Amino acid sequence: MAESPAYTDYHPRWLRRRLSTYWWLEKPSYLAFVLREGSCLFVGWFVVYLLLLMRGVLQGDAAYQEFLAWSARPSVLVLNIISFLFLVYHAITFFDAAPRALSIHVGKTRVPEWIVGASHYAAWVVASALVCWLVLGS
Amino acid sequence: MRDHIKVQVARYLPEKQSEQTFDEHEVPCPKDWVILDGLNYIKDRIDGTLAYRWSCRMGICGSCGMTVNGEPKLTCATFLADYGPGPVRIEPLRNFPIIRDLIVDIGDFMRKLVSVKPYIVRKYEKPLREGEYIQTPQELDEYKQFSMCINCMLCYSACPVYGLDPKFIGPAAIALAQRYNLDNRDEGAAQRMEVLSEHAGMWGCTFVGECTKVCPKHVDPAGAIQRYKLTGAIESMKAFFMPRGA
Repeated sequence: MAESPAYTDYHPRWLRRRLSTYWWLEKPSYLAFVLREGSCLFVGWFVVYLLLLMRGVLQGDAAYQEFLAWSARPSVLVLNIISFLFLVYHAITFFDAAPRALSIHVGKTRVPEWIVGASHYAAWVVASALVCWLVLGS
Repeated sequence: MRDHIKVQVARYLPEKQSEQTFDEHEVPCPKDWVILDGLNYIKDRIDGTLAYRWSCRMGICGSCGMTVNGEPKLTCATFLADYGPGPVRIEPLRNFPIIRDLIVDIGDFMRKLVSVKPYIVRKYEKPLREGEYIQTPQELDEYKQFSMCINCMLCYSACPVYGLDPKFIGPAAIALAQRYNLDNRDEGAAQRMEVLSEHAGMWGCTFVGECTKVCPKHVDPAGAIQRYKLTGAIESMKAFFMPRGA
């Protein structure tokens, strides 16, 4: 067996084609996949943003006001809006994928995939409602 | 409806050319003709040198997989009339070396398939006099979907991970490993996990999901791989927290 499956010994005349660098532009579904993977960067950015917010809060009122002023900059605002959209996309694609990975059994019966998917969305709604209550209710 | 359709067929004659070319033919297009009928028409009536694989022409043997207008398809189950007014472009399966015209080398897939032991593995075979291994319909349902795979390799053709890294063991091999892991008569899950937990095994999959979309038998290899990853992660955690076994 050849070291790399792409090359097979003793068959120099076989036509071996490389995948284009731009393979992800060939089909909408490939592009959707690459955007899904890329959305992780925006998830990472929101983690950093949350840490910056915590630092501002912990360092006192002046630092917090400075953080708010920095957050209100158009560039930061645009970045956060784009990040939010990617985060929603990330969540939806994750929730759509989850039922296919989770095979949950109750007794000997497998729980239908739509119930697994729906429970993820339900948990999302409950968590969002809790956050809204904490932020807006106080 | 038009009675003929234009078909562009990829040609590669290794003794004459170093790049792929396309031949264009007009073939009849009755509503019950599949792509394979069109190819047979070309071979019988127009150009007998065209090379391609086929056998059962009923979606069982998995030999006639090709790329039709950019999508991996079983040519015996894809109607010509659906591509009207044409042209229809027929190419070999992607991500495999092309031997000639529409024929690709499937050796890599065959080696990978064997490596996951796609058969029932028993630690001890019980004596014949004790009878058959009993299985309930519910136990059958656990793996039945994955057992529908016909090894047509459309999933490998659609998988960009396999295209980028040919060492990746690939969707069908993992789905078939899962088929036997989920079979209550089988005891070979640990042996398969050794092969599939390697870097080029299940962790190579990034869940593009195209394998499931193109599968003509609705096997859902992508789902099988994600479930396998979950099993692999749980096994690793168990080994970490309970090194002497649960």
